[in-house]
Amino acid sequence: MEAIVNQLPIGLSIAAVLLLIALGLTFTFGQMGVINMAHGEFIMAGAYTAYLLQGWAGRQAVLVALPVAFVVAGVMGLILERVAIRHFYGRPLDTLLLTWGVSLVLQQLARDLFGAPNVQVRAPEWLQGGVGILPYNRLFIFALAVGSVVAIWGYMNRTSQGRRMQAVMQNRQLAAVSGINTGRVDQRTFFIGSGLAGIAGVALTLIGPVGPALGTYYIVDAFLVVVAGGLGQLRGALIAAAALGLLNSYAEFWTNASLAKVIVFVVIIAFLQIRPQGLFVLKARALT
Amino acid sequence: MTTTVRNVVRVAPPPAGPSWRGRLRAPAVFVLVAVLALVVAPLLLEPFRLGLLAKYLCFGIVALGIGLAWGQGGMLTLGQGVFFGLGGYAMGMYLKLHDAGGDLPDFMVWSGVEKLPALWVPFENPVFAVAFAVIGPVVLAVLLGSLVFRQRVRGAYFAILTQALAAATVILLVGQQGLTGGTNGLTNFFDLFGQDLAADGTQRGLYIVVAAVLGVLYLVAWQLVRSRFGRLLIAIRDGEDRVRFLGYNPATVKTVTFAVSAGMAGLAGALFVPVVGIISPALLGVVPSLELVVAVAVGGRFSLAGAVLGAVVMGYAKTSFSEQFADGWLYLQGALFILVMTLAPKGIFGLAATARDFVVSRRPRTGRPLMSTGTADIGGPLIEAQEPRA
Repeated sequence: MEAIVNQLPIGLSIAAVLLLIALGLTFTFGQMGVINMAHGEFIMAGAYTAYLLQGWAGRQAVLVALPVAFVVAGVMGLILERVAIRHFYGRPLDTLLLTWGVSLVLQQLARDLFGAPNVQVRAPEWLQGGVGILPYNRLFIFALAVGSVVAIWGYMNRTSQGRRMQAVMQNRQLAAVSGINTGRVDQRTFFIGSGLAGIAGVALTLIGPVGPALGTYYIVDAFLVVVAGGLGQLRGALIAAAALGLLNSYAEFWTNASLAKVIVFVVIIAFLQIRPQGLFVLKARALT
Repeated sequence: MTTTVRNVVRVAPPPAGPSWRGRLRAPAVFVLVAVLALVVAPLLLEPFRLGLLAKYLCFGIVALGIGLAWGQGGMLTLGQGVFFGLGGYAMGMYLKLHDAGGDLPDFMVWSGVEKLPALWVPFENPVFAVAFAVIGPVVLAVLLGSLVFRQRVRGAYFAILTQALAAATVILLVGQQGLTGGTNGLTNFFDLFGQDLAADGTQRGLYIVVAAVLGVLYLVAWQLVRSRFGRLLIAIRDGEDRVRFLGYNPATVKTVTFAVSAGMAGLAGALFVPVVGIISPALLGVVPSLELVVAVAVGGRFSLAGAVLGAVVMGYAKTSFSEQFADGWLYLQGALFILVMTLAPKGIFGLAATARDFVVSRRPRTGRPLMSTGTADIGGPLIEAQEPRA
């Protein structure tokens, strides 16, 4: 019983990070049909942003890094979208391979710029300790994810930009003939999605070291969240991330790390037998 | 009010069959390449280079399977390394047990394992090991394929699932130190069916076996693509729902193809182990699986020959570039890949077709058969749009 409680904050903070990563993926995937393998490198960029800001902001770097990492990763995503990905719309599998090439280059770039060994970002002193079994750093990550989800929800449902985004996601052609500049909406979505990955990167500095391959550890799981949650679905990503994060940490605890991934995989395959398109599906009459 | 028909569907006349020279060209090229590979290369190349070539040809076998599943069937599989690894580990386990000669394999002793695990016992039999190297991957692929394809999980979803499988497999193998040799994998083999593995003659013989297997599998795959089954496979790639409406079951066709490609990867793994002398998690994870897909894309995914060629060329390029600049290879690979995907999406083998498409797209559109289905060109992404077909 005690173990179940102890494992909870770990599972929830993994879920929170997965959610931040998966949100960007699910929107770019759902709206543009882009599978962005370089998304993991935006996480890494966010984490290194926090590392670099340490020189200037000291131990408060994490706090300062949040907005900066959002912009840094967002701009990287925007550049990627403008330079490469927009030529590949409608060919999701090709975007997967293209962005993998980009991710290779970015990882090597990080290795050349910051060195291959991992670096540490020192957490602010006010994040040390905790209440009971809840460490402050994991609570902070959790709060970060909750804040981001609320902000995204508000953006999507309460602003005209967000409504346009939803319109494009539901029916691109109809949105286009209604006068929405879909290219502009795509750019915004890409910026926000990549920026969230940057924030996830900053959050990750609180629970582990930063290295050039940081993104690769999370990208596969984040894609599984997208698959299980349904394309472009905020609710789906939320539930799937929570389920996957908790399942991962409990499976790891009860068996061992090496079996946990297999269990997660089997559960996902079983789940897809019931809901092949994920938890929530945009209703459409289109066939492929 | 009269209705005007806007989109006249004019069907192009069926292409005339190739001339007898055209029909003979493909077999002639195949025979030429086979002679080069089987006779000329073993005579000319020194044993070290020949061993490397054998390794690339093993990758070529995997690539052939990827070309079949992805190029012809539209199933982007990012987990071929798993099947390759199953074959490789099956062979490696046999070699380990054979070398140990009744004792425990060396790494088990180091990990403190006292008794041979039950999983290992059947692999003392070489026939079982080789059979498992093919049947194991086929069974896994049928299981995964039938579960996934039956539910119409496809495209990117399928790609992500296979990638997750690769990631999970690596973690599983690394974690079971005493059973699988952990990160180091299985290595230090000395003897294959009574032949000294280090001897030049054995390596030359292995090379010929690998080249012959690749040749035979190529013919099998080629025949498969030309058969009615292959037509169906390509039809499914281009419009799965339409094929279903015609009364076929796409899930069966896809599962069979996926299983064939998995069996090829397994056999390649079994050949790879005696040739290279090691099988480890690093050889079958997400990155090596993706690298092979990349190689297929670079070679030309829509042609089986392009897929094999891509794997051999990329294997060679990787070895020679990483010898000189270890870090530069990743930049080069990434950049090459971005360029190929952007400029020549059909790969090296499809360059001519890509160039032709480019010229045609620049020409004013007169006299072309109209096959429009009436989708408006809105200048933005069309998720429904299918990619150009070879």
